[in-house]
Formats: sequence, C-alpha cells, structure tokens
Amino acid sequence: MRALLLVAAAALGLTPGTARTLPQPPHLLTQTGLYSAPGVVDARHLAYAPQYPLWTDGAAKSRWLHLPAGKDIDGGDEDGWVFPVGTRVWKEFRFQGRKVETRMIWKAGPRTWVFASYAWNEAQTEATLVPADGLPDAAEVAPGVWHRIPSRADCRNCHGQESVDMLGFNALQLSPDRDPDAIHGEPLQPGMVTLDDLVARRLLRGARPDLLSRPPRIQADQAATRSVLGYLQANCASCHRGDRPLPGLDLDFRHTSHLIRGADEPGLRTTLGRPSVYQAPGAAGDPRLSPGVPDQSTLIHRMASRRPAAQMPPLGSALVDQEAVARLRRWVADLPLAASH
Amino acid sequence: MSLTRPFLLAFLGAAVAQAGAPPKSILQRGAYLVRVGGCNDCHTPLKMGAKGPEPDMTRMLSGHPEALKMPPAPQLPEGPWGWTGAATATAFAGPWGVSFAANLTPDKETGLGSWTEAQFLQMIRTGRHLGQGRPILPPMPVPSLHAATEADQKAIFAYLKSIPAVSNRVPAVVEPVASH
Repeated sequence: MRALLLVAAAALGLTPGTARTLPQPPHLLTQTGLYSAPGVVDARHLAYAPQYPLWTDGAAKSRWLHLPAGKDIDGGDEDGWVFPVGTRVWKEFRFQGRKVETRMIWKAGPRTWVFASYAWNEAQTEATLVPADGLPDAAEVAPGVWHRIPSRADCRNCHGQESVDMLGFNALQLSPDRDPDAIHGEPLQPGMVTLDDLVARRLLRGARPDLLSRPPRIQADQAATRSVLGYLQANCASCHRGDRPLPGLDLDFRHTSHLIRGADEPGLRTTLGRPSVYQAPGAAGDPRLSPGVPDQSTLIHRMASRRPAAQMPPLGSALVDQEAVARLRRWVADLPLAASH
Repeated sequence: MSLTRPFLLAFLGAAVAQAGAPPKSILQRGAYLVRVGGCNDCHTPLKMGAKGPEPDMTRMLSGHPEALKMPPAPQLPEGPWGWTGAATATAFAGPWGVSFAANLTPDKETGLGSWTEAQFLQMIRTGRHLGQGRPILPPMPVPSLHAATEADQKAIFAYLKSIPAVSNRVPAVVEPVASH
C-alpha cells in the first residue's frame, strides 16, 4: 500500500523536496547591488514611496526596487503581483538624519526569498549584515527608547513565509490616485515611480485595461475614513488579512481589488461595533472600534500601548505613533454612535 | 463498466484517506512528547479530587476554563515572591499581567482546529501569539519547545489535532495594572 502511494505521489510531483540551502545575503550592503559608486544609488533602480507608509518610530525612509534587465512584473493578480526572479528591494531607515539600517528582500528563486538587514557604521560609509536574530539598541529614538533592527523571522512575520509580499510596492501603494490626507504621507520626489510609469515603461504586464483610468483607491465616503483605512492597511494588514486569516480572529484590514463598488472595506466591516476578545484594564465588552467613543475602542488602546501584552503592531516599533492615534481618535469620535458610516 | 473499477476506486479512496491521517507512530510520538513535556500541567485544569488537586481529564488540554472568571490578581508586596497562580493552574499573574493557558484541543472556534501545521511551527519559531502577534507570555516554556526537532514539533501538532475537541474560549491576556 505504502509503495503504491509513494509511486502515485511521485507521479503527481508530491514527494517531499530535499532540504534546500537558502542563498546567503552578501556580508556588506555595498555588495548587494544597491550602489553604482560609493554613496550613489544605481540609477537603474526604481525609487518609490508608498502612499501609506509604515510607521517605524518616525524614521525617514528611502526605497528602491531593482528588476533584472528585460524582466517585468506579472500584474495579472492585482492583489498579488508576481515579481521576476532576481528582483531586489531595499529600504533605508534614518533617524535624526543618520542612516541606521537598510533592509533588503531578494527573490533568489521562484519560491525562494532572502531577507537581510544591514546596520550602518559610525562613519556612514558602509553597512554590515545584521545577525538573523536582529540587532537591539540600533538607535535611540527617544530618551531611553531604542529602535531594534528586526530579526529575519520578524521580517517574514510581516512579508510572509511561502508567499511573500512587497508590502510597499503594490497597486494600491503606487496608485496615481494618491491620498492627500495619508497619515505620514510622503510627497513623490522627481523620478519616483507610480503605476503610470510602470505601465508606460512596460514593467507591469497583465494588468486590467482600466488600471490607470480607474486606479486602486480605498473605498470610503469621507476623506478621514479613507486615510485611516489606508493607514490600517499599511500597518496592520500584513497580519490581519482575509486571504490568510489568523485563527479565530476574523479581522481584516486588507483592501482588495475584488471589493464590490460601494461595499464597506473589510477594515470597517470587521471592526466597527465588533466584539473584541482583548480588553483594556478595567474594560468589559469594549468593541474593536466603538463609533463615537474612542476611549472604548480596543484597537486604539492597543495602538497607543507599548506594553508587550497590548502593543499593536506587535513588532517593528518602540514608539507609539501619536499622530496616527490622534487621527484615529478624531475619526472614531466623529463616527455616528449608531454603527452606520 | 467493469466490476474492478468501483473496487479500485474504493481501494484508492481508502488509501488516500489513510494517507491524509498521520501515521500511528507519529501520533504516539506526539502523545509521548506532550506527556513528558508537561503540557497538561498548565493546559489541563486541575480539579479537587479525593487526594487533592488532580487534572480534569474530561477537559484535557482545553486551557483555562471559560466559566472561571478570575478576580483581579492579588498584589504582592515587594520581595522575592514574584508571581501567583490560580488553583486550576491555568491562570498566572506576574509582572507581565495575567496569562491564561490556551486551548490546545482541535476545536475549530476556540482551539487549534483552524490552525495549520505551518502556523503552529511559526508560533514555536517566533515565540509569538498566533505565530505573528504579541510575545507568548510566562510561564509557557517556548524555548524548550523551540529546542525540539521540527519532526517532534510536527508530531506534537499532529497529536493535538487528534485529541477530543473541547469548546472552551480562553480569556485574552490581561495587562499589568501598574503603568510603566
């Protein structure tokens, strides 16, 4: 019986693969291909700025994507672009004007992704590969509060295990219909790419024909709702997403192209008035978001906490994003007490 | 239709069904590891028996009982006593707040029923709630579990998926009262 099953499995290509050795990232950032000369980013890389940035303790960031020559992105699935093997993306983090870390994701094979972080030296001339466990105390971001360079496991916690997402380089984040009220929104600098550029330069293949005339956009009838949902998409949807649900939570902040026009974004549907298992100290029965009552909204409580048991997002930052908390509080306070929106 | 075809289909169906279930040896290995790893010590509530506290095996590995609402944890004076535990040995209060032993049975709504093996392994690898969230809190010995081979971790998961499901929604962690 067992032999029969093994033969059948082999015929179907279901036999377990042999253990793969993951390619190792270069030891130095300057060996990764980011620069064409000391301190000069290779002009062939695509600089970009997502319309809804991730909060990282207030770091200033620069980002670049490299596509292998002659290769393009398969945009047939608007919610899950497929990048060619050889794609690399870098993100540089600066605090108080100094480069602290540069992270890299490298698609080394069809299903092989390499994650690496590089810590900058004092002279700001080179950055060295950080151990897999990350680097604590990389930069003091407030008195006694230190930014930590995340572990590679934590990189994958947000970007994915088998199926990896380039979280800042997707259709919504590069949409030319850019949210002017985005929380911590960064103005586009000359030369930064958007969907228009990707299409014009034939770097995006298989996208829907009306991608540029009807570009991706958070569906909301109020500007404040749009910007809040965009923020939650960027900061929360890497874990809380309908296509990869966390067991038992039913919490989804991910905007998808499949959303019916006029329908509520999942970020509203799964939060407004919805019960929360987690409760703030002294609270009982507070929902995730309580329209009109920010003080009884678990989501805001957790965003505003850096206690390990409560903090959301649970990794990637040591400081509360005070501006985002204030914007969410105002938005929730302005929501009608009845759960209509 | 030949008589052999339905026979073959039934034979293959049974073979596929058998192939989907973990081999008995894996389940036995998982049961062994759960037993010697002391998982029951916290995840199976204690009840008072004739000879004192004993595991309530009717609620095996189902975690802190949903119906047992814990009052605020006692505040300990300064000194070497650092944490307290419930009589069920399923709730623990310390500097981290109050943590509750999770439901490890395969109940779909309240236990591991909707977990995948990959999520379970990720939970062990990262030491994070649901594999991606907050750090898993004391007294859960994540490093010990992390030290097990992946084959043993998978055996544990396979065994936990095979035990009777118990519907029991364990409370969420409670933050510490003192601010910091």
